Amino acid sequence: MAPMVEIRDARKVYDGGFEALKGVTLDIEDGEILALLGPNGAGKTTLISCICGIALPSSGAIRVGGNDVVTEYRAARDLIGLVPQEVNLEPFETVWSTVRFTRGVFGKRRDDALLEDLLKQLSLWDKRNAKIKELSGGMKRRVLIAKALSHEPKVLFLDEPTAGVDVELRRDMWRIVDGLRASGVTIILTTHYIEEAEAIADRIGVISGGQLLLVEEKAALMTRLGRKELRIDLQEPLGAVPDALAEFDLALADDGHTLVYSYDTGAERTGIARLMTEMNAAGVILKDLRTSQNTLEDIFVNLVHDDSTEETGA
Amino acid sequence: MNWMAVGAIYRFEMARFFRTIVQSFVAPVITTSLYFVVFGAAIGSRIDEVEGVSYGAFIVPGLVMLSVMTQAISNASFGIYFPKFIGTIYELLSAPINFLEIVTGYVGAAATKALFIGVVILVTASMFVPLRVEHPVAMVAFLMLTCLSFALMGFIIGIWASNFEQLQLVPLLVVTPLIFLGGAFYSISMLPEFWQKVALLNPVVYLISGFRWAFYGLADVPVLVSLLAIAGFTALCLAAIWRIFQTGWRLRA
Ligand SMILES: Nc1ncnc2c1ncn2[C@@H]1O[C@H](COP(=O)(O)OP(=O)(O)OP(=O)(O)O)[C@@H](O)[C@H]1O
Ligand SMILES: [Mg+2]
Repeated sequence: MAPMVEIRDARKVYDGGFEALKGVTLDIEDGEILALLGPNGAGKTTLISCICGIALPSSGAIRVGGNDVVTEYRAARDLIGLVPQEVNLEPFETVWSTVRFTRGVFGKRRDDALLEDLLKQLSLWDKRNAKIKELSGGMKRRVLIAKALSHEPKVLFLDEPTAGVDVELRRDMWRIVDGLRASGVTIILTTHYIEEAEAIADRIGVISGGQLLLVEEKAALMTRLGRKELRIDLQEPLGAVPDALAEFDLALADDGHTLVYSYDTGAERTGIARLMTEMNAAGVILKDLRTSQNTLEDIFVNLVHDDSTEETGA
Repeated sequence: MNWMAVGAIYRFEMARFFRTIVQSFVAPVITTSLYFVVFGAAIGSRIDEVEGVSYGAFIVPGLVMLSVMTQAISNASFGIYFPKFIGTIYELLSAPINFLEIVTGYVGAAATKALFIGVVILVTASMFVPLRVEHPVAMVAFLMLTCLSFALMGFIIGIWASNFEQLQLVPLLVVTPLIFLGGAFYSISMLPEFWQKVALLNPVVYLISGFRWAFYGLADVPVLVSLLAIAGFTALCLAAIWRIFQTGWRLRA
């Protein structure tokens, strides 16, 4: 089946001449949840804006449900719900009227039962007649979600839905996402919380400096890059890794006081036992041992860091 | 045409209007009454007739036009500027709607509000002076076209403006002077010959003249020219708006 969202070499140059997207190519399958990670200014919001019609892509092609977002914008946008990063709401409107308005603007017939259901799910039903300005920040965020869901989208964009939101609401949000996944909605979310991506995404994309650095299945990513490290504190510092231990993936740290052994948790043997024997034979005496696992966060930081050092080097 | 979306925008805008219906109603009644006290009584006692019509009655069409034009502009410009200002415009930009639908919704609502105020003023005026409408169909047509074209112009101003000062600027510096100089309170023929020619460069002259003709059969310029002028103005505004949406000017990054 064709992907739900197809992005082909999308570029965006803003009016000032700043290139915020430098050719992004990405497919998002029907029903999947993709988390986009990236530092501030990476281009996450710009990418979403180009897909949703807030910004015009400068070149490249973007299709949603097989419809080009520029030439067949009606059919494309019919499928899309957007929860923007900024909490943009009319302060004097009531929750009910603003949600109803969104449904109407998307050309959907009035359906009070559906909206009632939605507001109840988002714990907003008691506040339906309250003015937006009377709501707390977290409630306003939920109103944005209610608006985006009011027209029953097939693809939902959540631009940092949990920024500045308390732990409880964040869990609520994850629960809502789970519910939407069950009903087959494709979800693209951006976040700065790596544990959030770990918790809910099927695939994870990392974007930095307007380029997509990587997209991978979360599980594969975790194992592929999820290497473990064994840190061995030594009795006596070493000047170099002894030749006898050359076959191991070793590095020296702390001025030669520590040997760092990287190994793959997915491999059949870790090689630790053999390393210990060889070390003994070579006369390297150890003081202490500890292991640590790479988290998604390390992977992310490494990727983005590598990318930015490359940039400054160029 | 996505009428569901047009309706949603129109209803949303009208709801804002109805929330402040008392203000919307009382303000024009008071202003109109003041105009009659000042112009009708004070000046009118010195000028008793203009081309056979009492001065009080003579100024009614101009008075209605003045309010309708300024109201249409301010309602439409504010209507589209406000979502831009607070950021809710994202919703319109991401919705499956085209420029015609957005314009129909916002401009339709702004024109309706202006029309409402025009009618309130007419009714208020009829309590002060005897009104006579010789060409009712033309009267309604002129009134509606004026509401529409000035709402379109207001919409353009609202899209162009990037702050509240700019939003006030055009109406204050251009439109209001043109309306006052457009013969709202006098007949162009009362001006010295040179200024009569200058006045013909003012588009508002044609509208007020045509509208007054619908009441009393008096016109400064042929009524057909008036009709053409307002139709041309409407078409110009529509073309400009179409262009704006095509290029995404001041709307899409
Ligand atoms: N309208 C605009 N005009 C000019 N430059 C812009 C505009 N919007 C964004 N940019 C620039 O484009 C780059 C990407 O911005 P974008 O908002 O897409 O980042 P982001 O990944 O969403 O960041 P954040 O995590 O802070 O939300 C930034 O350098 C930003 O300054
Ligand atoms: Mg962003």
